[in-house]
This record gives sequence, C-alpha cells and structure tokens, in this order.
Amino acid sequence: MTRTGGRRSGAVAVPATGAAGPAGLSPAAEAGAVVDAVLADLPRHRGVVVDSPPGAGKSTLVVRAAGHLAAGGEPLMIIAQTNEQVDDLIVRLAAAHPALRLGRLSAGDYTAPARVTGRAAIGTRLADLGDPDVVIATADKWAWVGDRVWPWAIVDEAYQMRSDKLLRIAGLFERALFVGDPGQLDPFSVVDGDRWAGLSWDPLQSAVAVLLRHNPDLPVHRLPVSWRLPASAAPLVSEAFYPFTGFRAGTGPEERRMGFATGGMRTAYDRALEEAAASGWALYELPDRHTVRTDAEAVRAVAVLATRLLQRSPVTVSERGEHPVTAERVAVGAAHRDQVAAIRAAGLPAGVTVDTANRLQGREYDVTIVLHPLSGRRDATAFHLESGRLCVLTSRHRHACVVVARAGIPELLDAHPSADAVRLGVPVKFPDGWEANQAVLARLAEHRVPAAPPH
Amino acid sequence: MSTLSALARLRALREGRAQRLATVRHCHLSDRPMVLIPLRLAGEAAAPLAAMAGTDPDHPRLLVVPQPRDRDLRFAFTAELAEVVLPYVEGLQKATETVERRGAEPYERCVDAPQLLVPNPAGVTFVQLLGRSTRFRRAEGPYAVHPSVPVLGRWLTFFGRRAQYPGSVLLAAATDLLSLHWATGQSALEDANLASLLGWIDPPPGMSGASAAREAEDPLVWPPAGPATDPGFDAEVLAPAIRAYQEAPGERAAAAVAAAVRSQLEPTWRLMWRAVDLLRALPPGGGAAARWEGDRTAFTAFAAQLAEGAPPQPRRDGAVAAAARLARMERARAVYDAQRAFDDPLVMAGHRLAGEAFTGTVVAAEPDRTEGEGRGRKLRPLLVVRTGDPVRLAAGARLATPARRGQRADVVDVAGGEVTLKIVKGMGRGTTATPGAVPQVGEVVCYAALTDEYQPPAALPAPEETPWTHGGPPPEYVPAEDDAEEDWS
Amino acid sequence: MDRLDRLRGPEPPRPHDARAIAALAANPGCARRAVLDAAGVDKDAVATHLGFPAPFGRSPFAITRGDAFEALVKEGGGAELLRLLRELLGLPLPLAGYTDLADVGGNPSAHLRHSHTRRLIDRAARDAGEAATLYDHPLLRLEIAGYHSYLEPDVVAFQLGGRFHIVEIKSFAVVDGQAEPDKVAAAARQAAVYVLALSTLLAELGHDPSRVSHEIVLVCPENFANRPAATLVDVRRELAVLRRQLARMTRVGAIVEPLPDTLTFDLGRDDGGVPRRPVAELRSAVREVGARYAPDCLNTCDLCFFCREEAAEAGATDLLGRQVRDELGGVATVAEALALADGSLAPDDDRAEIARLLRLADRLYAEVS
Repeated sequence: MTRTGGRRSGAVAVPATGAAGPAGLSPAAEAGAVVDAVLADLPRHRGVVVDSPPGAGKSTLVVRAAGHLAAGGEPLMIIAQTNEQVDDLIVRLAAAHPALRLGRLSAGDYTAPARVTGRAAIGTRLADLGDPDVVIATADKWAWVGDRVWPWAIVDEAYQMRSDKLLRIAGLFERALFVGDPGQLDPFSVVDGDRWAGLSWDPLQSAVAVLLRHNPDLPVHRLPVSWRLPASAAPLVSEAFYPFTGFRAGTGPEERRMGFATGGMRTAYDRALEEAAASGWALYELPDRHTVRTDAEAVRAVAVLATRLLQRSPVTVSERGEHPVTAERVAVGAAHRDQVAAIRAAGLPAGVTVDTANRLQGREYDVTIVLHPLSGRRDATAFHLESGRLCVLTSRHRHACVVVARAGIPELLDAHPSADAVRLGVPVKFPDGWEANQAVLARLAEHRVPAAPPH
Repeated sequence: MSTLSALARLRALREGRAQRLATVRHCHLSDRPMVLIPLRLAGEAAAPLAAMAGTDPDHPRLLVVPQPRDRDLRFAFTAELAEVVLPYVEGLQKATETVERRGAEPYERCVDAPQLLVPNPAGVTFVQLLGRSTRFRRAEGPYAVHPSVPVLGRWLTFFGRRAQYPGSVLLAAATDLLSLHWATGQSALEDANLASLLGWIDPPPGMSGASAAREAEDPLVWPPAGPATDPGFDAEVLAPAIRAYQEAPGERAAAAVAAAVRSQLEPTWRLMWRAVDLLRALPPGGGAAARWEGDRTAFTAFAAQLAEGAPPQPRRDGAVAAAARLARMERARAVYDAQRAFDDPLVMAGHRLAGEAFTGTVVAAEPDRTEGEGRGRKLRPLLVVRTGDPVRLAAGARLATPARRGQRADVVDVAGGEVTLKIVKGMGRGTTATPGAVPQVGEVVCYAALTDEYQPPAALPAPEETPWTHGGPPPEYVPAEDDAEEDWS
Repeated sequence: MDRLDRLRGPEPPRPHDARAIAALAANPGCARRAVLDAAGVDKDAVATHLGFPAPFGRSPFAITRGDAFEALVKEGGGAELLRLLRELLGLPLPLAGYTDLADVGGNPSAHLRHSHTRRLIDRAARDAGEAATLYDHPLLRLEIAGYHSYLEPDVVAFQLGGRFHIVEIKSFAVVDGQAEPDKVAAAARQAAVYVLALSTLLAELGHDPSRVSHEIVLVCPENFANRPAATLVDVRRELAVLRRQLARMTRVGAIVEPLPDTLTFDLGRDDGGVPRRPVAELRSAVREVGARYAPDCLNTCDLCFFCREEAAEAGATDLLGRQVRDELGGVATVAEALALADGSLAPDDDRAEIARLLRLADRLYAEVS
C-alpha cells in the first residue's frame, strides 16, 4: 500500500477487519508485502516514510531495515526520541542481528540498564565507540555530533519528533527511512508558535510533516496490520483515529482470549473486568458530576480496578500461548500529570505502570485501565479533545481496555463550542478530536458497567 | 489558571476589588517609558488613524491622519511618529557599560533601553503590522518616503518581535502587565478592556470594582483603548469630520478630525499612566532586573546592526531562523516561569498547590553524607523535609530552591508528609559541605521542580546549509524593488 | 412548528443568513439560544427591549471598505477573479462566462431568484463541457429548523476541473501569507454554510453533491495593498460542525416540550412597530429557558449582556470564565466556593475534594500575601 506524500488525505479507507484482507492475503502476507516494498524503495528514493499504526510492527521493520542496510556494508545511524527507545532498539537489534556491531551514543549522566550492557559499545563520543556498523542515539544526542555524514539513517518515532530537531541532525545523513505513528500526540511547545503557522518549515510541526511538505514525491507506505490490537479494538481505533488509512488486526476474534483463574464477587468492578475480558472493552461509569481534575472517586475506581484485576489472576491466551497477566503487563493511563500522581498515591499493585498519554506512546501491555480525559469536566478544551491523546490511551493493549469515566461525556461533547481558529496554509488535521471522541464513546457505551452506588 | 488564581478571582468578587496575584513586580518598569496608543481606521489592516504618544504624562503628542485613505498623509503620519519614537530610542543608545564575561570577550551594553507601553495585545499586533508596512520603504525612487520611515519600521519590527519573548518588556501591553499582578472579579476576556480592568484594580472612591468595570464598558464614557475605534463614534463623529476634510482640506477641517480623535484617546492616555503608577508602586522582583538585562542586550545588538546598515528584517523566518528563535523563546519561557516563582512566594504558592513545589521544615539532615568510594567519592547530603503541601513529585525529580539559587536536589522519596531529598549541586566542593549550604534541622525551606539553568542548545546548520528535509538552502534575500513599491491603498 | 411560531409571536421568523447559521456552533449548550434561534426570534430586538442592547456594531468605514473591495474583485466581469483562480488552481482557464444571477428583471422575490439560480446550476452541472463560469449573486437555500433560509454567497465558480468552488471575498488583509485566525475561521464557517447549501442543491437536482469542492477560495487584500490574493481553505471540519449543529436544531423540540404552553417572546409591537410588551413580563419569559452563559458569549450572542447580568445576580462562577469554572470542579456559585474555602460551609461528599483544595488555596493565599 503506497501513496505519495502530496495526496495524503485522498487515500481510500480500507475495511478494518481481522479476516482476510485485500486480494485475500493473510495479515502476515499483507504486512510482509509492505515491508518488502519499503525495502525495495530504499535505494530508489532519498527518503521513505512508513506510517505505522499502533502495534503494526514498527520496531520489527526498523530492525529488519537496519539489517538490510547494514548488509550492504554501509554504516548506518539510527535516531530515536528517548533513551528508553534507544535501549529497546539495541536489545532487539542485538537479538535479530548478532553479527552486527552496535554503538550507543549517550549523554554523560546516562547509566546503561542491564539489558543493554554487553550488547553495544557505549560512549559519549563517536570516537569512544570504535567503528560500529550501526550507531544509535537519541535525536538530542545526535544534535551534538558533527563532522561526519552517514549514507543512511533510520528515524524512529518520526511523528513524535519536532521538525526543529530534524533540522539540527538532517545534515548528518544522505538518505533516510522515517518510521512512526501518525495517530499519536503531536509534538508541542510551551511558547506560542503562531508566527510560524503556515510555513512549510514550521518548527513546531512534526519532522514528517515538514519533510513531506518539502518533498511531496517521497513514497509513503503504511503498515496494514496491527499485531498488538485485538480484533475487538483494531476496527474501532482504525476508524476513529486513522479514517483515511485504515488497518486491521493481525489476529482473529478467537485467537485472543482472556479469563480469570480466581472467581469474582459480582461487584461492579468484577463485572467491568469480566466485560473487558470477554469483549475487549469496558466502560466503568461513575455518576454524572463535575469534579476537580483529580476526581477522588474516579482515581479510587482506577486503583481498585487495577488491584482487583491482578487479584483475579488473569490469564491470556494468544498466538504467543497461554500466559498469566503479571503487573508488568498492566498499565494505567491518564491525561494529566496530577491525575497520574493521584493514582500513584491511591496505591496500585507494585509493578503496574502509571503514566500520562505522552509517556505511554509506543508502549504495549496486555491490559490497560484508562481514566477518560473528559471524565468530570464541564467543558472540553483542545487539550482534552486532542485525538492523539485518546488514541494513545485506547491503543496500548493486546487484550482488554477498561475506561473509567463519569457519565455525561456525550452531553459535554454535544455542548462543545466549535470556534477553532483557522490558520492559512496549515493543513487541516484529521481526525477531528470531537469526532474521534464520539466514535470511541459510542463503542464504549455498548460495554457500559455502571458503578455501584456508594453506600 | 490555577486554583489559587481562581480563588483570587472569587475573592475579588466578594471584596469588590481586584486581588493581588503577586507580591512583587514581575516586570521591569522604565523610569521613562513611552506610552503609545495607536488607533486604526476600521476595516483596514494597518491604516493608522491617529496615535497619542510620549514620555511625559502631562504632554502627550497627538498624531492624526485627517484622511486615512490618503497614502501621502499616512506616510506623513509615520514620519511624524518617527520624530517621536526615534529620538527616544536613539537617546538611550549613548550611555553604555562594559559587561565582563567568564571565558569570553567583554562587550558593551546600553545602561538603559526604551520601553514602549501600549494598552492591550491588539496594540502590540498593530505595532508589528506598522513595522511590517514601513520597514521596506525607501527614501529614494518611486513612492519615496521620509528617510526616517524605514528606520522606524525596523525599530517597530524589532519591538514587535521582542514582545513574543516571554518576560521581555521592551514592548508590552498594559493589560498583560496588570493581569500578571492582579486578579479581577471578571473573566480574562473582559480583562482585555483596560478601562474595565483598572476599574477592578483601582475603583473610584465609593464605587465597587464591579460597577466601575461595567461603567468602563460604555464607549461613551470610556472609549475603547484601540487600535479599534467605537463603531458609534466612527458613524456619528469621525465619518462626518473626515468627509468635511475631504471636501475642504485645510487647517480647520484637520483640527476637527484631531479634536474628534483626541476625545477618544485622552481617557486611555490617563488610564495608561495610572497603570504605570500602579505597577511602579509594587516592589520589583529580582528576576525582572535580570530579564531587563537581556532586553538591554537585545536592544544594544539591534542598534549595532542598524548602524552597520543591515537590511530590513525579512518577511518570515527561514527554517534555521525559526528553529533558532523557537529555542530562544522556549528558554525565555522556562527562565521566566522559574524566576517569577523564586522571586515571589505567591507565585510559588500556585506551584505548591499544583504539587510541583513544597514548603516545609527540615526534620533531619546529613550534611556530610557521601556516595561512592575512593576518588569517585562525592558529597551527597540528605535532607528530610516535613510538609503539609500536597506534594506530587516523583522520585528522581530535579529541584531548585529560592533560598540557595545555585543548589539542586533530587527527590529520593515522598511518603507520609515527608520528602527526602539528596542535594547534588551547590553544597560545596570536596567531601565537606560549605557551612550554611545545607539547610539545618528546623529551617523552613522551599523546593520546586523549576529551573532557570542555562543549557545551550545544539548547533543549527548555517542557513545556506539548510538540509533537503527543510527545503534546502533558501534563495539569498535581496530586498526587492517592489518591497518599497508595495501599494499602500 | 406551531409551537415555535407561538414562541416567536406574530412577526415573521428572522431569516438566518450564513453568518447567523455559522454562529449556531458558538455555544450549542445554551438552551435559551437554541430555542430563540430555532423560533427565528429577533434576539437583538429582544435584548434591546430588555434594556441590554447587544454590544455589536459595524463601523461605516469597515462596511465601505468591504463593499469597495468586493466591487474591485468582481470588476470587469470577474476578470481579476478569473486571473486569481487560474493562478491558484493552476488551471488553464482561457475563457470564463460571467453570469449575474441577481439579474432576473424587476424586483424579484427570493423564491424567484433561487429558482433562477437552481436552473442555471442544474444546466452547468449537466453540461460538463461548458466553459468556466462565474456566478455572481447566486441565491441558495438551506432548511433551518423547518424554515427555508436564503443564502447569498459572494461568487460560485464553475467549473474548475469539473467542480464548483465557493468564493468568499473578505476585506481583512493577508500579510505575508498570514491572516487573523479568528477572521479566517469566521470566513471558513460562513463558506461552509454555502458549501452545504450548494451540495444540497446538487443532490436535489440529482447530481453528485461531492462536485462542490470542500476547498473554498478565500479572496482577501494582500499585504497592505488593495490587490486581491486568493487562498484555498479546507472547510471539511467546519462542514462537519455545521451538519452537527443543524441536526441538533431539529432536536430543539425536546427543549421546547416542557415549556409552558403560553410562553412567548413576542415583543407586542404596536402599529408603529414599537415594542409595547412590559419588560418584566418579557424578562420572565426569557428566563423560562435556561441559559449557559460564558464570557465568550460577549463576542457572539446578542443576549450576552442580559445573560451576564443574570449570572451575576445568581453569583454564578460561570461569570469568571470556563477555565475558572472547570478549576472549581462542580461548585456553581461564588458564595459556595468562598464558603468552602474559608471553612464556613461543611462540604458534602461530592464537594469534599474541591473543598480540600480550596481550603489549601485559602491557607496558602493567607500565608504568603
């Protein structure tokens, strides 16, 4: 599936089903064909962009492309956005290509985690690394490296990268593969960037947006299959957040199952968890009320759900076999940092990840529990409505997602004033946050479990 | 908008007057600011109608365009405005001081800088547009203008761009400066009306802020502070006066237009100086002076550029210039936020309420604690602070403290109203803490996840080396002939 | 729709122009506004009679300037406009017809003018080979809450690559490629109304409605000159919002239903057109329908001063803006928030949390100021 950067929104939506895809291809064959097309395009273009929806095998592609490029004998640089992403890539590259010599550039205060040591040469300067086949670092670190030009670069999480960062490092490579998820959160700034609105090189736009505006003829591929999202989630996430570039689940409805080894007590919490296990989604709905952001009742509900989930000894069955869901495979997501702090303070089982949408980007879990960004709000703001935020929160799970929210969000959306400013020359962003929120809510309403009234 | 400022607005409603949002002044205020109140002809982007300007509250200078659609009259206006602004700006370039720098050449900096005060953010935008519409003009050739016009244009552009930096006050809107220090009993939207904002902050004796603010909304009592004029005034007073001038241009008709706009400008002129007095009465915060130094440096540098004959500022930033400016603006934002909190316990209280800072009493201290062995042994004092604040900091967060500005501490643990900190910077060299550097048991301390530390950004390519991802090297800027000829209808 | 007629009184419904329709999205949560708009009540007249005239006026200079610019753009049978379109869309448009649809002879009714527009658009859509034509003063129609509103876009351009484009002429300046975002947004919302009306017309005539481009042509003066420049503006988002709001208006019945049968906003005009209805009576009538005041109303709604006063009397936290209101969780009145803050009011379970926060804010405020 290829399209040209200049005609992005014109692409036709693809039915997002778990069954056989276009031309009856199996998901694996379809995804494989795209990867082959990407690799084939690499020598033909100065840049190649690959859009990867949640869990569509972005890292696998990066690892494969790295092996492919390194096999050509030319040195390769890889640019990631965070230290954790760099470490993850090293682990995966080392496993896939044990013969490749890897180097990791890092800042002075970086301490390598155990999983990385021994797998890559680590240093603060290029000279410290010897002469590895592949050098990996964050974009921030690369910005301090000069005096060398690599024939090839891979830019990972390129939609999360602000274009001013790309400007600082683009001189380091001749050609590049840009990989990322266009549906996640856009980069942002704490200052007002209106003065650059409409410029093709607006520093606040993502690296990919700027790249494609200047090079509209670069090929843009799309990974068509989500290996993470179950068949219950892929169609919704695809329709709500990727309206013009659909994808499908790599597994069928029966291939992912979840159950509990320990019986429940028919509480509302248990019923919500059971609904999620059975259908992939649950909306644990608290009574309609306007609250402060750190709504204590909602925070408690999130914490109890996480605790209860692990108490019930959840077990998943998937193409990877049968596994218990451990705390490390559970994440709790919220919109604001103060909500995250409140949830942490409410007491969660050790090992459960709690974080904001921004920090959950690119991560994967078996089960997620989400505090809905609009829960308890009286008015929706642009922040709350940003589609990327909800997309991240509802697309981290392999099996089930439980959303905690107060009733009344449909009414709030209905009353939302639409007076967004319009800047000339700035491409309209899709999907619209309002529409995406509606789509997700409509689906969640089918899996609603009202909270028990407080006694 | 924090709960603290929300509460301040509620209190303002109860008390009938604005409540303080700051205990110190967070902006430098020049001893001799220039107040500039521009008016624009309705329906036009930047067609000046009039302006009141000056540094002396008792002697405003009134500039009027008796027929704003006449381009010669408009340029006469800008030349006249240049006569007011340029001597003020140039006069301040004379006295300089030598600034010594560690590891770099000393440089000269003007001891003072101009400060242009306009009523509201729309006034700032108008200054930017006026700068844009005049800086490309030429003193020779077709459509020649007075030589001072393009110079004024460059200065106004400089002021306009500088105003986008958080914390810079070379050009500032009075409503912004006032709102930074006071919370009213009305909405932020209504605070953009200078008269109504001042009605809350300083209501006339015997009147509540609410009634003063309502009265201020009547354009007959308090004409709008510009640049937009009151449509009623336009229809009933201004339009007939301009028509009369058009039919019979002359001193008398011009004077009639001037009298009309004077009636619209004078009330705002008085409000502007009241705003200056109110702000001046606040004790200055330390960071304001530091940021003013930055403003003075920028002013000095621009004056030098201009003296060297630099071309007018380009219309839009190129890719490299945009990224560089963004980095500077983001740094200014971080510094501004941190400095205000460190200067002002009331601003810090907002951060405490949000859980990003806390104040408490030291209940345990290990000033001489070290980590590591042998040559790698480092001084890492530990501190336990008991606090009633709702701390929402995670382990590992890097904190600073207003009482010891160079100090940095990492959060080790937060539990049961006690925060354990490890001091990692600013406690002395070697393995013994400098006396007084580590707070003692019983001392009240405040730590916050804010920093004004300078971390230089990585280098950007030279503009002529703009990479292919960003459109490649831009064509060299040549001031085009048509820049100067741009019709000014 | 009898019910809405009764609410309005004997006056004819106030026609919705594109601007009014676009404004429906400004505060959709306000029941008062929804009812008054759906019934076609003249809100400005109501506000004036209540003693709270709307604070909106347009300067004669702005009107003159707008008219002059529009005339300039359309000059010479749209020659200038054609040049702009040619450049903007990159189309070879050697020739273009220019049809003034206002020109139907005599003093035509809106209905007649609309039929004329309808006929010509139908012909244009049928005859794909027809050369580009600029239609000036077309009259389109859109159904709003059961009534037809007639709408007059600046120009409709056909056919540029087989598609219809709405041309919106505005006199605000585009300086170095940038214009005031609020003004562009208003123009986009307004143009979206025309796009919808024209696609509806095409659909009615059995043509493909998607032949109306969702990219409208915005023509504005460039920089500080009078010279027009054209920009394409994608109005898909505005269209989605508009469709939503129009669908919503058909549901206004649910709000109207519980209102007393006798309720009316009739101004009781006498033969001379002077409103005679007792103000107190009209005030109670308007107050029968709840408002959702927010300071943004001051920019958009004729009734804003009336509703603000009402909010002030009630001591509503709405007065301070949406952000403050949100910050205060569920606390609706100033008195309650202050009482929670100083501890004089013991919170119920629902308010315990915001009370704790306000108490803390109160303590910190007292401690440091």
